[in-house]
Amino acid sequence: MHQLQPSFEGAASEPVRRLGRAIVVTSGKGGVGKTTTTANLGTALAQRGVSVALVDADVGLRNLDIVLGLENRIKHHLLDVLEERVTLDEALVPDKHSDRLVLLAAAQAREKDEVDTEKMRALIASLRERYEYVLIDCPAGIELGFRNAVAGADEAIVVCTPEVSAVRDVDRVVGLLGNRFRPQLVINRLRPQLVKKGKMLSVDDVNAILRLPLLGVIADEPEIIVTTNKGEPLALRKDAPTGAAYHAIAARIAGDDVPPPMPATKESFLERLGSMFGGKK
Amino acid sequence: MIDFLKRLFGQTGSSATAKERLRLVLMTDHLELAPDMIDAMKRDLVDVISRYVEVDRDRIEVNFEQQDRALAMLANIPILSVNRPPVNRAGNGNGNGNGHGRAAEPAQAAAVAAAPNVSSPGAQAATDSIVTRRRRRRKKNQSIPAGAKPATAH
Repeated sequence: MHQLQPSFEGAASEPVRRLGRAIVVTSGKGGVGKTTTTANLGTALAQRGVSVALVDADVGLRNLDIVLGLENRIKHHLLDVLEERVTLDEALVPDKHSDRLVLLAAAQAREKDEVDTEKMRALIASLRERYEYVLIDCPAGIELGFRNAVAGADEAIVVCTPEVSAVRDVDRVVGLLGNRFRPQLVINRLRPQLVKKGKMLSVDDVNAILRLPLLGVIADEPEIIVTTNKGEPLALRKDAPTGAAYHAIAARIAGDDVPPPMPATKESFLERLGSMFGGKK
Repeated sequence: MIDFLKRLFGQTGSSATAKERLRLVLMTDHLELAPDMIDAMKRDLVDVISRYVEVDRDRIEVNFEQQDRALAMLANIPILSVNRPPVNRAGNGNGNGNGHGRAAEPAQAAAVAAAPNVSSPGAQAATDSIVTRRRRRRKKNQSIPAGAKPATAH
């Protein structure tokens, strides 16, 4: 794979480099975990040794920096770059844990429709020249913010929780994306115990409707909240089940032949037993 | 433990409700998002019905309505004339017989001429796919002969 390059212009003598993959993480509905998913998949991919740029396209409501724990390092943002006040290099913030992972933060004090779609497309194109993966954290909704976020992408990951409203919105978003983006599905916040009791839509229920290639399933874990509080994505901890699940999804994105991670039903069984006997497991 | 097993294998919880609601809402969404398809279906529908009766193409209404456990298509298709001239249709005897139970004297060329005349109310029939009792009743009441009269009277 290619090295990080300071510039992609005027490189006639350079060998042709493969473009990185630009993947938009989207969902339609808000609050299903797009940002958490983007941060964790970016972290997991970087740990695999590939270069990753994360772009927070949620202009006006930036959060990816928080989830990554980088909020104090942000000096410039997406619109600074698009409006050519700073160079891309000045705006990209390296991650705390991996120098292969960088973040381009969203502008907080601006609005989504201030983003020029064509400039956004060009920005993602230039990131693809330099990074093997460009993950774009899409804002909720299907308006201009969504269109800008998908503009430069050539693939999509849709995040869906096992809820009627989330599935409906994903269905709509997938319709808008069309086939070009080959959307793949991450089911987030699944609670295996509730599924067992028939109180939550199962993975099969969701995907019987969406019929998308399944990247993996992430359980609804208190740990996610804790890690978000700290600004340390759970994917940093491969030993934690959910951390491992993000790594498995990253592996699948990279093309490894591994099965989609599922929240372990066996463990939840033990958890149940534990809770029956008043244990704390 | 028994309680646990019961919970494990028994009960269908609210997820079944969720699934059902999702199925219906998505059907409605998909229809709403495919106006072209609905237009095409409307055209085809009218083409078929027009083999038997003359309908008022401008006043056709096709709506979708969520009923208890199904999505229903409700079509309101005003009929201008039942007694079409027995032209070019090979099975025209069949067509007349099928014309909602009354064949009778075709008014020949009257049908076309009658068109503007019959924009008056009454000449409506409802066709329905997933038929509800309510609709069926209305269909019965909508005395098509009444609608046909102006055509023959003309």
